[in-house]
Amino acid sequence: MRFRIALIAPALALAATPGLAQEKEIRIGYINTFSGGAAVYGKHQKDGLELALDHLGWKMGGLDVKMIYGDDQRKPDVGRQQADKQLKKDKVHLVAGITWSNVLAAVQKRVIRSKKIIISTNAGWSAMAGKNCSPYFFTTSWNNDQTPEAMGELMNQEKLDNVFLISANYQAGKDMLTGFERTYKGKVAKRILYRLGQRDYQAEISQIRAAKPAALFGFVPGPMGIAFVKQYRAAGLHKTIPFYSVFTVDYLTLGGHGKAAIGTYHTSYWNNNSDDPVNKRFIADFKKKYGYHPSMFSAQAYDMPMLVNSGVVGAKGDPNDVRAMVAAMEKADFPSTRGKFTYNTNHIPIQNFYRREVQADANGNPVIVTTGVVKENHKDSYYKQCKFKW
Amino acid sequence: MTWLLLVEQTLNGAQFGVFLFLVSAGLTLVLGIMNVVNLAHGSLFMLGAYYAATFFGLTGSFLLALVIMVPLALISGIVIEVVALRTMYDRDHMDQVLATFGLILFFNESVRLVWGPESQPMPVPDFLDGSVEILPEAPYPVFRIVVILVGLAVGAGLYFLITRTKIGMLIRAGASNRAMVGALGVNIRLLYTLVFGLGAILAGLAGMMAGPIQSVEPGMGEDMLILAFVVIVIGGIGSIRGAVIASVLIGIVEVVGRSILPFAMANFMGEDAAQTAGPAVASMLIYVLMAAVLFFKPAGLFPAQAG
Repeated sequence: MRFRIALIAPALALAATPGLAQEKEIRIGYINTFSGGAAVYGKHQKDGLELALDHLGWKMGGLDVKMIYGDDQRKPDVGRQQADKQLKKDKVHLVAGITWSNVLAAVQKRVIRSKKIIISTNAGWSAMAGKNCSPYFFTTSWNNDQTPEAMGELMNQEKLDNVFLISANYQAGKDMLTGFERTYKGKVAKRILYRLGQRDYQAEISQIRAAKPAALFGFVPGPMGIAFVKQYRAAGLHKTIPFYSVFTVDYLTLGGHGKAAIGTYHTSYWNNNSDDPVNKRFIADFKKKYGYHPSMFSAQAYDMPMLVNSGVVGAKGDPNDVRAMVAAMEKADFPSTRGKFTYNTNHIPIQNFYRREVQADANGNPVIVTTGVVKENHKDSYYKQCKFKW
Repeated sequence: MTWLLLVEQTLNGAQFGVFLFLVSAGLTLVLGIMNVVNLAHGSLFMLGAYYAATFFGLTGSFLLALVIMVPLALISGIVIEVVALRTMYDRDHMDQVLATFGLILFFNESVRLVWGPESQPMPVPDFLDGSVEILPEAPYPVFRIVVILVGLAVGAGLYFLITRTKIGMLIRAGASNRAMVGALGVNIRLLYTLVFGLGAILAGLAGMMAGPIQSVEPGMGEDMLILAFVVIVIGGIGSIRGAVIASVLIGIVEVVGRSILPFAMANFMGEDAAQTAGPAVASMLIYVLMAAVLFFKPAGLFPAQAG
């Protein structure tokens, strides 16, 4: 019985559709954090990718685009459930999104096992660049280590010796220090790991002042960083010990930091001041549509639909032809907010990293200004460990 | 670590303690006098910060923002009391915990709808920006000194209100025997509403003082709420004096522990392990302290006379 249905079903499908059994739409599952204290990350990325879809006219290679959103609540198990639901019930062609490395670790297995493409628009878990790498995995962001590696390089270039390190006491926090120390050649004055979620940093600030370092390197993301930067400035330390950070100061948090962030430095893959027409159009249209300045999270999420579009076009409008999609996407032949770049053999971008600083504009308000290239065509440190298995 | 740094860290701890007192004063008042477990205290803390941040942004004046924030916090508190808590007085604590936990979710989501998920701008006001040198080579932010002064003023004001005024007498009487005070012709309902409103103002004030040194965002009150409960449990529920002493004690244990432990532990377990384990152990210290206090004095260090 089952045998007979199996024979009949495709025949019916062929008879029902004129020509080939072709998809009319591409269904993209998008999983990110849309509730709770970290909802702002999801919001900035969703706004970015929907602007890209506007620019594409919500069409990819002749197909209509259908977005299916899922809220992971910043929890790996919820993210995995969302992926299961999107793969089985919504029959998505690919899954994208994800801000947190631990959520990515949970989601990627399901998607890759289903032989579907997964695109990270933020999370840069190092295993995905090395031993867990997969041809189904792409990122429009970076590998976690790349940004702190660029920061170590920047401090070498600026001849800053005796640097104080502060980071969060969890895996990503330690990874940031590892990445930094991989390239930084100077002396480390001291290092402090603070408690995740900490709100008062006066004790740490006193220790930093007592150590008299040449500069401070920090990874203090989200609201922790807003509190830290405010308190660091209130203590007056910004005048004597400049603060260099990664994933701490960005347009995502700048409203909260306010003027306290002026005079701080960070590294980023995104040159927000670049004259690249794609970038300029992105920033102008984003501000017009949403009324706020896009963050780097919005910029990397903007790239995701563009990347998928290049894949669908390469697969001649058939999103089920995963191999053809991947082959086209590997070329990174799409208008990116970072300009032209290439994908490494592990599908992590080989890209420039920039020195950015927060300056005061004519009205005294903080603006982020890109002030130089730190590393050109920076490759991540794991790609040699990567061997693709389909 | 030098002695001077140790002195500075103790001062930091005391300052953090006074801030904790600001957060927990309203909570101990409501729990001690009204016998209501109010988890929504953290939401009132958040609302105070949001009101202040909004009106500070609109008017450019921190003091004007304070003047506007106080009645708004009072109204928010009264609305919560009348709508949600009034029916909870005769229920047990578990029901109150559930109801006020629901309020936390409600307020976090409401704030996100009204203001958005981003952190709201709230800088240190210009006239309180800067630092003074209390210890040699260690300038101290003026705003933190103001937090200490506000905390001490709140403590003194509450102590005076509860022990020296007629309304304070009624509050204490209501805490001892609610039915009897009502029978004597005092409008106990109104009195409780006012006490809750006062608690809301104190929470809002704490939120406002937290704004310039922390992030004003949805859910900002939750971390503080846990510490505030530790404070009032150690200090003795309902005791203002106990809350002052317990919060300074916790502040010093937390801050000094955090700054010494990683380096002390490095002596016998290696630098790398100590850097990871140190902060983890330090963050447990206050709970160890709480357990020890509860073991020897189950009612806290200074059990309130009333209730």
